[in-house]
Amino acid sequence: MRRFSYLLRLAGKSAWNRRGTLGIIVFSIALSTTLLLGIEKLRTQIRESFVQSVSGTDLIVGARGGSMQLMLYAVFHLGGATNNMGWDSARKIAEKDEVAWTIPISLGDSHKGYPVVATTGAFFEHYRFRSDKRLELAEGKWIETLFDVVIGAETARKLGYSPRQKIALSHGGSGARLVEHTDKPFTVSGILASTGTPVDRSLYIGLAAMEAIHVDWRGGAPIPGLRITAEQVTRFNLEPRTITAMLVGLKKRSHVFAFQREVNEWKSEPLMGVMPGVVMDQMWSMVNTGEQALLLISALVTATGLAGLAAAILAGLGERRRELAILRSAGARPLDILILTACEGGLIVISGVICGLSALFVLVAAISPILADNYGIFVYLSPPAAGEWALLGCICLAGLAASLFPALRAYRMSLSDGLTVSI
Amino acid sequence: MGCSGGETGENPAAFAVFLKNVVFKWPGQQRPTLDIPIFSVSPGEHVFISGPSGSGKSTLLGLVAGIFSPASGTVFVNGVCLNELGSAKRDMFRGDCIGFIFQQFNLIPYLSILENVLLPCRFSPLRLERARALSGSAAAEARMLLERLDLSPSLWGRPVNRLSVGQQQRVAAARALVGRPSILIADEPTSSLDADRRKVFLRLLLGECRSTQAALLFVSHDQSLAEDFSVVAHLPELNRAGGEEAS
Repeated sequence: MRRFSYLLRLAGKSAWNRRGTLGIIVFSIALSTTLLLGIEKLRTQIRESFVQSVSGTDLIVGARGGSMQLMLYAVFHLGGATNNMGWDSARKIAEKDEVAWTIPISLGDSHKGYPVVATTGAFFEHYRFRSDKRLELAEGKWIETLFDVVIGAETARKLGYSPRQKIALSHGGSGARLVEHTDKPFTVSGILASTGTPVDRSLYIGLAAMEAIHVDWRGGAPIPGLRITAEQVTRFNLEPRTITAMLVGLKKRSHVFAFQREVNEWKSEPLMGVMPGVVMDQMWSMVNTGEQALLLISALVTATGLAGLAAAILAGLGERRRELAILRSAGARPLDILILTACEGGLIVISGVICGLSALFVLVAAISPILADNYGIFVYLSPPAAGEWALLGCICLAGLAASLFPALRAYRMSLSDGLTVSI
Repeated sequence: MGCSGGETGENPAAFAVFLKNVVFKWPGQQRPTLDIPIFSVSPGEHVFISGPSGSGKSTLLGLVAGIFSPASGTVFVNGVCLNELGSAKRDMFRGDCIGFIFQQFNLIPYLSILENVLLPCRFSPLRLERARALSGSAAAEARMLLERLDLSPSLWGRPVNRLSVGQQQRVAAARALVGRPSILIADEPTSSLDADRRKVFLRLLLGECRSTQAALLFVSHDQSLAEDFSVVAHLPELNRAGGEEAS
């Protein structure tokens, strides 16, 4: 053990002595570590970020269409719905015995690029994220009057809104010429605490409010000559006729398959119910090929780095034959020479991995706000997860294997050279 | 391969080095490089081994050091038959009993002078113990040896490659002597020194060997150094084989 620790120290000094050359190798190993772990981290955290956004939802119900599309617009407000579902169907589903709660969702409007979601109080009560967290207000109050809007943390921060601010919603998602509902302004009643989900980037109004701002509209445009003011609108029936989708929580999870069948065979209109987990699995299997390709490329980069490591140590051995003979004369066994050389490789790999990890942390810290702002993807600093540990282990093992190659060469050399080296 | 001293009745244990009927062949060569009927060095004896290059001097040292194994014959060092030891044991035995000085580039460039001297103590617990017993600590023993070899403490902080060749050889001598091995092997240690320095270095080395009672195997082709030795051996006379085929 004492001998090993001496050899380790010796290896460290020897490596430090040739730090100029080996530094480049450390850099290339650091680079591959950052790449490999970065891709893995991004991959798992994007998945996590998606999965965490629908904790507790057993079924997403909407008009029949693509199941992936349904989930993307109902949960992440990405893309748009081609068909709506009837409010009467939604009400009938909500009244079923096995249903614990439902969150109706109506989409279509936006505010400065952020989606406006019309829903009911059930959303604030039953929506869960990160396994079992519920929505909380950071400031202000929940929706109380018709033209109240509760906004997500990110929306508030980016637009600089605070409670009692008056805002106008725009008709449609995003585009060059949006018509604004300036005649019926909303008041920010509350700001939600940050959740790390798409909720942060949305605005929430009541279903009735969504009806109200479109009361004098027909076919996606204001009816010419018809003006119904915000005061007059309360006299109308503001119950929606259709909604975009509905999140459903069941009393018992085990009922989900039977209930899904019931929804899919709905008589009065073509509906579909999708299980978020199943759809996400479909989604992952689609992006899987790309991810695998990325991982493969970074694995190849790592292999290149490690080949460089082996080459650098191997090239160094020629000029170190003398040194190895001196060690042998002082009583070092050929096995000690093998350990010494392998340790040197191991030290280089470990310093490369440590540098790579630090670089990754800096990088994640730098890009996570950009990802969150532009894509709603939440990546955060975290100690390496199981998959990342596995990758780190692989890098270290491969590095050891790569340095074993020159180590064996040194071993054989010191066996045949003995104490006399002709230079 | 037997390990008896032979029918002539010599006792191998009485010698520091004892070779009998030793034949050594490099792999792939037909003719042996060495074929030595008998060669012995008494404890504390200073032996000058001369011979032209290629006569097998380094091979002989490799056999004594246990780096190489003979094809036949027996090698005893300090009464221990090397033929009987496995290669790891031989490495340990070498670390314990033999100090080496090479022709040049004796020092490990990334270690300090003191660390270079202490190298054998790192691999041989026996020499570490002996150095401690003699001077209190291995480092104290190393410093004492360096001073006795005329290397003033002002030099010790220098990187080893900033020392002159003569200074480097003296550091190597201190390393060979640390922990008092019973045998010193010096393979052309003076050939990279100029004539004046040769004598000075040799006097220092012989003086230290005398005071530590170590046997010295000194290989050189410079006959002018032979006069300081009690025994002078000419390798071609010891060796029935004609040395190495090539060179």
